[in-house]
Amino acid sequence: MADRILIGTRKGSFIAENGSGAFRLRLAGHAGTCVNYLAADPETGTIWAALGFGHWGAKLSRSTDGGQTWADASQVKYPPGARYLAPPDPDEEIEGEPTRYTIRDATLLKLWVLAFGPGGRVYVGTIPGGLFVSEDGGESFELNRPLWNHESRGGDLFTGEGLGKTDWFGTPASEGGEFAAGIHSIEVDPRNPNRILVAVSTAGVIETTDGGKTWRGRNEGMTNDYSPDQNAEWGHDPHSIQMCKANPDHVWQQNHCGVFYSSDGAATWKKVSAPEQGVHFGFPVAVDEKDGRTAWVVPGISDQRRMAIGGGLFVARTTDGGATWQQLRKGLPQENAYDVVYRHALAVKGDRVVFGSTTGNLYLSEDRGETWQTLANNLPPIYSVRFG
Amino acid sequence: MAVVEWTAHLKTLFPVLGSGPASIEAGTVAAVIAELERRAPGIAFYICDELGRLRRHVNIFVDGEMIVDRRALGDRLGEGSRVFIAQALSGG
Repeated sequence: MADRILIGTRKGSFIAENGSGAFRLRLAGHAGTCVNYLAADPETGTIWAALGFGHWGAKLSRSTDGGQTWADASQVKYPPGARYLAPPDPDEEIEGEPTRYTIRDATLLKLWVLAFGPGGRVYVGTIPGGLFVSEDGGESFELNRPLWNHESRGGDLFTGEGLGKTDWFGTPASEGGEFAAGIHSIEVDPRNPNRILVAVSTAGVIETTDGGKTWRGRNEGMTNDYSPDQNAEWGHDPHSIQMCKANPDHVWQQNHCGVFYSSDGAATWKKVSAPEQGVHFGFPVAVDEKDGRTAWVVPGISDQRRMAIGGGLFVARTTDGGATWQQLRKGLPQENAYDVVYRHALAVKGDRVVFGSTTGNLYLSEDRGETWQTLANNLPPIYSVRFG
Repeated sequence: MAVVEWTAHLKTLFPVLGSGPASIEAGTVAAVIAELERRAPGIAFYICDELGRLRRHVNIFVDGEMIVDRRALGDRLGEGSRVFIAQALSGG
């Protein structure tokens, strides 16, 4: 639904609805609570909210009446025995002995992203690095164990001590700032729901083609500029990935180390950053629903300076698979603007493009980014913007 | 019979509990939480994590003293003990 925009913010859920030619915004629920992700299941119409209470932990909430009322859903919980390898903890090191990874019991640190599949399937990506799946419309959730036990993760810690090392590193994005890997992107292939791409910060992109029974890394061609081996299979920091709905072989990735594009289903990636156009660092990427070569990003300066470039806000668009980029500025503030746009806070539907910033600004374009209007200026920091 | 009270935020999230205080027959803090969960399904996962440990930014006081066993909530209650479930103060 392109006439409704769902906005998750640090202080609640907001909904903007288009009536009589203008979008009207309202606080729709969870006042005062952090909403990491807000999205509607296109099949059922249920709106799902991934909440993060500072005190009470991460909780799933849902509304079946368009955001008028909300109720707690079945909660996502790690099963007993779910453990993961964490970087060595100086507090637990023994003097004179080699440093070892720490094995931690998994408890839910953050609900980060939601995705939907056919037949009421609901997917949830979490910190620490879990993919939870509901086959019953969200009545119950189960941890996908093949991914949890993946060899890149360190093997099976449910039944043993695993492999003793992990290629999954951390992100500080949990509410408590605890450093653990997280799943923030879940892309279900509309042609074949058994094919799913997930992106992990910090590890890379991982694919299943058998509905989650087996998984393999999809990081060929990825490079990073912060580790000793820049072409390593793992250790990548995808900030977000998105596949083209009509042509899911076209996949885009805004990575910590640039913008990457794949036209072969993530089998191989090509770096398509254009630093001369400011296109390199950022968090979100959005792909045209029909044309897999067309994508939008909202660049920031760099990882050291996560802010709009030169105090002027722009969206960059490519229509040729990243060969060239256009800066789209008309209607966006061009001085004293330092907005940062998080990974889930940019969305495209038809000709409409919308994004929200951590400065609480919400911008909409009805012509694919050519011109922009401001929908709100004083929202709480915006974490997620989705049509639906 | 313990007298149990809780922070205003939990009252908002679980109005079914009423405004308290509640009289609960329990020998330990863990038994108090179990009884609250029976009365307000879901509340235990707000107070504790999957492993049953008290959440980091939640405190429970028994007769004015912070509990000692945050892992299993085994702190014992006396007859007429007053239990208070509090949230730690935080910024933002």
